[in-house]
Parts: sequence; structure tokens; C-alpha cells
Amino acid sequence: MERAIVNKAENPDEKPNSTETGFPVQPENEKMSGGEILICALLDEGVDTIFGFPGGVLLHIYDVIYHKPELRHILIKHEQGGTHAADGYARATGKAGVVLVTSGPGATNTVTGIATAFMDSIPLIILTGQVPFAMMGNDAFQEADIIGVTRPITKHSYLVRDVNELGRVVQEAFHIATTGKPGPVLIDLPKDMVAQKGYYNRLKKMKIRGYNPVKNGHFHQIVKAADAINKAKKPVFYVGGGVNFGNASAELTELVEKSNIPVTTTLMGLGAVRSDHPLNLGMLGMHGTWAANMAVSECDLLIAVGSRFDDRVTGRLNGFSVKSKKIHIDIDPASISKNVTVDIPIVGDVKNVLPKLTELVERPDISAWLQKLDSWKEAHPLKYAHRDDTIMPQYVIEKISEITNGDAIVVTDVGQHQMWTAQFYKFNRPRSLLSSGGLGTMGYGFPAAVGAAVGRPDRKVFCIAGDGGFQMTSMELATAVKYKIPVKLAIINNSFLGMVRQWQQLFFDKRYSHTYLKDSNPDFVKLAESYGATAFRIQRPREVVPTLQKAMEIKNGPVVMDFIVAKEANVFPMVPAGAALYEMIEDEN
Amino acid sequence: MKHTISVTFEHSFNTLSRIAGLFSGRGFNIDSISLGTAEKEGLARMTLTTRGDERIIEQITKQLNKLINIIKVVDLTFEPFVERELALIKVSASPSVRMEIMQIVSIFRAKIIDISPKSLTIELTGSADKVNASISMLKPFGIIETARTGSVALRREFQGKT
Repeated sequence: MERAIVNKAENPDEKPNSTETGFPVQPENEKMSGGEILICALLDEGVDTIFGFPGGVLLHIYDVIYHKPELRHILIKHEQGGTHAADGYARATGKAGVVLVTSGPGATNTVTGIATAFMDSIPLIILTGQVPFAMMGNDAFQEADIIGVTRPITKHSYLVRDVNELGRVVQEAFHIATTGKPGPVLIDLPKDMVAQKGYYNRLKKMKIRGYNPVKNGHFHQIVKAADAINKAKKPVFYVGGGVNFGNASAELTELVEKSNIPVTTTLMGLGAVRSDHPLNLGMLGMHGTWAANMAVSECDLLIAVGSRFDDRVTGRLNGFSVKSKKIHIDIDPASISKNVTVDIPIVGDVKNVLPKLTELVERPDISAWLQKLDSWKEAHPLKYAHRDDTIMPQYVIEKISEITNGDAIVVTDVGQHQMWTAQFYKFNRPRSLLSSGGLGTMGYGFPAAVGAAVGRPDRKVFCIAGDGGFQMTSMELATAVKYKIPVKLAIINNSFLGMVRQWQQLFFDKRYSHTYLKDSNPDFVKLAESYGATAFRIQRPREVVPTLQKAMEIKNGPVVMDFIVAKEANVFPMVPAGAALYEMIEDEN
Repeated sequence: MKHTISVTFEHSFNTLSRIAGLFSGRGFNIDSISLGTAEKEGLARMTLTTRGDERIIEQITKQLNKLINIIKVVDLTFEPFVERELALIKVSASPSVRMEIMQIVSIFRAKIIDISPKSLTIELTGSADKVNASISMLKPFGIIETARTGSVALRREFQGKT
């Protein structure tokens, strides 16, 4: 089978106003099966790895994969894990992650993974098998209307009825998934279509009539923003995942340094500016630093970059940054003034907008403001009480940060350990914290770490998970062992669903309703060993560093470290539900 | 306040449910919705009327615009536009009240398109307000069934200066 040689649209945004419609290229007369077209199209999109799980309607596709070793297929244990792995791969590499699953249950198992990626704007391609077209709608075996099920959590979706359309659909899907505000795109593949022979058609020029994401910010608005920055007395940058995953970390750092304006990031924005940068105030929001939350509350100019004013960031909306004028740079027009009204909106790709803004800004005289921030930083640092007899969870994360020099890709699950990681890991590089920020998906961490390690074998990958969340997708340990994926898993084991327990302690008089896990947790060391992974249990603070050092040396597969930590440690500072950012509580008293 | 929004989109099996899903998923109101083919092949135009404050309407138009198959979204509310709705109204009508009903029909410039010993079916076009007004005038006679299309609307082309 000869591969079609086509001119790929190098820069799809080259001619956004072109009226010329792309026309199909038919470079060869030979027909191919739908399965062959699919795999060729994936390879032509530059896909090197897919995560998948076979099934009845995928037989034709898996037969092609059997003959195509140039496409690496990672067999996962559960489709949810596969989807998270593709998501982790996408976040770590910047390319779209691809997951291939069968119809019915295979497809519905991806739903949590798709929703996770959708909330965090991660480019994913979900390929779902479907029953033969003639049987669709008849409640056939393993049939599910997956397009219907996933409609609210996909950026777009396709049902491919005509095999000749498949090449174009795959091409469009990658374009839609990776441009504008990225997101998951699902392609439903009826079995008979995949088996049929047809032509592999591609568009010469990518042109989708209803889809023209704005790349360049409006210049007039950028001038207005620069003017506001130059006049500000108490400005602060509020930076989100758009900078991190929009590859604009360098551009942002340049702007921050030229203007000498302090910066706070969201969870998703961590790493966009080095954690140890003198102008970095740390994370803001529900578990943000005192300095960051006060800076946002007291500032006279809030410059939001690639962030979306999520409720975990803003706290009570009518108490959020009330004294400030607001600039908002975002690629998604719908994000602007959705939750918080902004004064100077700039719709565009932060990577394009930031350099233009940098050119126009000066260094406003804000020394009094910087002094005030320094005094807040000094008076209210992140802190915890170290203990010699019991491992404090924050201590483990500090040590992981030290031993990896802040250079690792750190993948978290969801809960207390996630917030401690955000607070205590010193990120040096962008695309380094992979975490389910929007959806808050427990079970995300480990499979996503597997995907990240597959995509970035050049970087150390640490997964930090809780004992609760890890068990939701722990079967992917088998995947990591099988493919010798060197993920280091640190289980922050406090025998509780810690974040819920913290709320029960603070707001429900310690009625720990169904959050205690000790009596149901497995022996994580034995569990890991049964999969063939190396595992350690760490019970004393002095064992933490030596174990981490040992784990760093293991490069031919996963390492599981079961850190038995203080049971009732809490994440502080904390903005209680319904409170404003400046109403945070710093400790139990 | 009430808004009339015109949406042009590529007609595919997925688009209509994506639009409907947007409204249900984000809790937006739809008062009426009507659609049919537009001037070009493969394109459809939908007119929907909805209610909400400025922020909600802005979200509705932005979220609609985000859908890949949607080509154009225009909020006609603050522009001059023409709007029509078609209603079929079946009224119970014994011979004794027929004349009275026919008078109302003629006032509203409607048409009678079906007649039986006990009923009249009336075809009426006009703005939603006109349709509502005629229905309330006919109510005392006993309305058996109504079928309404919902508003369809187009921007009015200006003649001369504003």
C-alpha cells in the first residue's frame, strides 16, 4: 500500500480571509480500506503514538495497526485511563493526544477523560468505533450514541458515513482540536465504513467556513492596555493555563520582566513563570498564597492572561478585585466578561498578543506596591509544622521538588496533595504541572503521567496522587510495567479522602462521613509488586530522601512510593466557600 | 428582555442538537425556534427568540458563534428587522357564530383554509404579538388546536437616510 503524498497545510491560518475553498487531492488511483485511510491520516498528522483498546467494531483498524509498526500503539487497561493518558501526552508534548476505543462501553468509558480535557482546553482526538451504519439506532449490541453523549463536552464531533470523507475529517479534526481554544474532537467510525474501500482525500488548504479563530489581538485594544499598564500604580498579572499550554511562557516572562509587574498564576498557569522568580507571588485562589490573594484584592489593574476567572480563582464574585480596572487577554471571546466584567478585552492568541504588548509597555513606578507585596510575602509565607516522627505531606513534595530541581513533569491527581504540589513544588519550566484543574477528576493523575512519560521520554515524570484517587485508575500500573514507562508515583497516603475530610473537619464538626479509607485501602506495596512494579513504603521523615534517591535510579519501569503521612493535615491558606479572596483563613485557629 | 437572534449554519445532523444542547446545558431560555433552508445549498437559517439580560444574551451569541458549523450569528433586536410567524388555529364554530369569527379573521387579515360543521381552521401570519392578539380574540369561541411556527426574521434593508 502506497501512502498518499500530499501537501499538508503548513500554516492553516495563512489566509484566514481567503475565499478559495480547499479542494480534495486525489494523488493515487488505488483505493484503500477505511482503516488504512485512518491510520495513514493519523501518520500524516504527525501522530507517533496512540492509546487504545480493541473491540469488535475495531477489528479492521487493529488489523491495519498490526501491519503498521511506525504508529506506536499503547494498549491501556481501561478506556478512561487511555483517554487520560492521551490527555497527559497532549499536555506534555503540545501535540494532540489520540485515543482509539471500541463502540458502546468502550466509548462511554472515555466520557470522564473527554470532559477533563474539555474543561482544561486540551487537544484530544477520540476515535470511537461504531456499529455498522445500517444497524445504528436499532439498539444493536455494544451500540451507544456516543456523539449524543459527548456533545456538551467536545469541541466538535464527526460521524463518518462515507469512507471517502474520512481523510478530510481526520485532517479537520486535528485542525479544530489544536487551534483556537483547543479541545477534544470525537470521530465516530461505523464498522462498515472502516471496512469499505475508498479514496484517501485530503484538503490542500484547511478552510472550515464557520471556524476562524482570532489569532492577532486588536491593535487598538493592545495600545489601550499598554496605556493602562503604564499608568498603573498597583498592577498585577493573573496568568492561567492559556500561557502554559499556549506556549507563551517566554513571551510572558519577557513582559513581566520589562514591566517589573508582579505575577500570580492559577493552578493551570503554574510553571508559566518560574516559581522562584522574584516577581512571582505564587498561586492565587482558594488555596493561593496570602500575597497573591491580597495583591489581586488590592490591585488597581488586573491583567488576566489566558485565564478564565474560574470560581476557584475568584472566590465570591462581588468581592473579587473590586478596586481594579481589568484587562483580559484570551483566545476565546466567550471567556471574556463571562464571570467578571472586564474593561479592556483583547481577543487573541496570547503568544501573538504578549510581544506586541511588551513593545508598548514601560516600567511604571510601582515601588511602593512592590514593597507592600514583599511585606505580605514575608509576613505570610506558605508554611507547615515539620515533625520528626511523622511525615508531613508538604515535606514529601518539597523533597521531590529538590531532588528533581524543579525540572520534572509533575502530574497530580485531585485533592489535598494537588494543592500541596501547587504550593510547594518549585516549577522551573512550562508544561510541567499536569493536573485536572477544571473538572477535578480523581483518577486522572496516574494514567496521565503514563501518557506524559510516553510523550516526553527526555523528562523525568513524577506522579503525585492520593490514596483515594489513585485507586480509581490504579490498573494502569500494568500498562506502565508492560511498556517499561519510568513514572515515579508518590502516593501521599493519609488514609482519608483528605480534601473532603478537611471540609468535614472545618465545617461539619469532624463528622467524617465516608471519607476514612484505612479499613478498605489495599497494601499499595503488594499491589504494585503484583503488577511487577518496584515499590517502597516510607513511614519516617528520615527515609523520604533516601527512597526518592533510590527511585530516581530506576529507569526501566514505574516505581511506587507509598508515603504514610500525617492523617489530618490541612491545606492552608484557604478561602472558604462563599468568601472573598481577602477573607482567607491561614490555619485551624 | 426579548431578543430575536438569526443564526446561519451548515446543515448537518449534529448542528441542530448542538444548538439545542447549548441552550439546555447552559440554562438559557428559548421562547421559539424555527429553521429552514437558507439561500445557499447546504445552509440553513434559524431564528430564535430568547430572553435574558445583556450578559446572558452576550454569552448566548458568543457560545453560538463558537460552534464549528455555525457561520453567522446576528442579534436583530437592536436593528430594524422584519419578523413573521405563521399560525394555524382551529376554532370551534357553530353556524351561529361563524360570521362573527369571519369578521375577526378579516380584521387580522387572516384566511380560513378549512371548514367543517363544527369548526374553522384559520391561517394567520404576522408578528408574534399579532398572533397572540388574534388567538386571544378567538379564545371565547373555543380553540381546539393551534400550530405555530415561531418567529422567522430578517434584517430590514434601509431605504434612504436614518
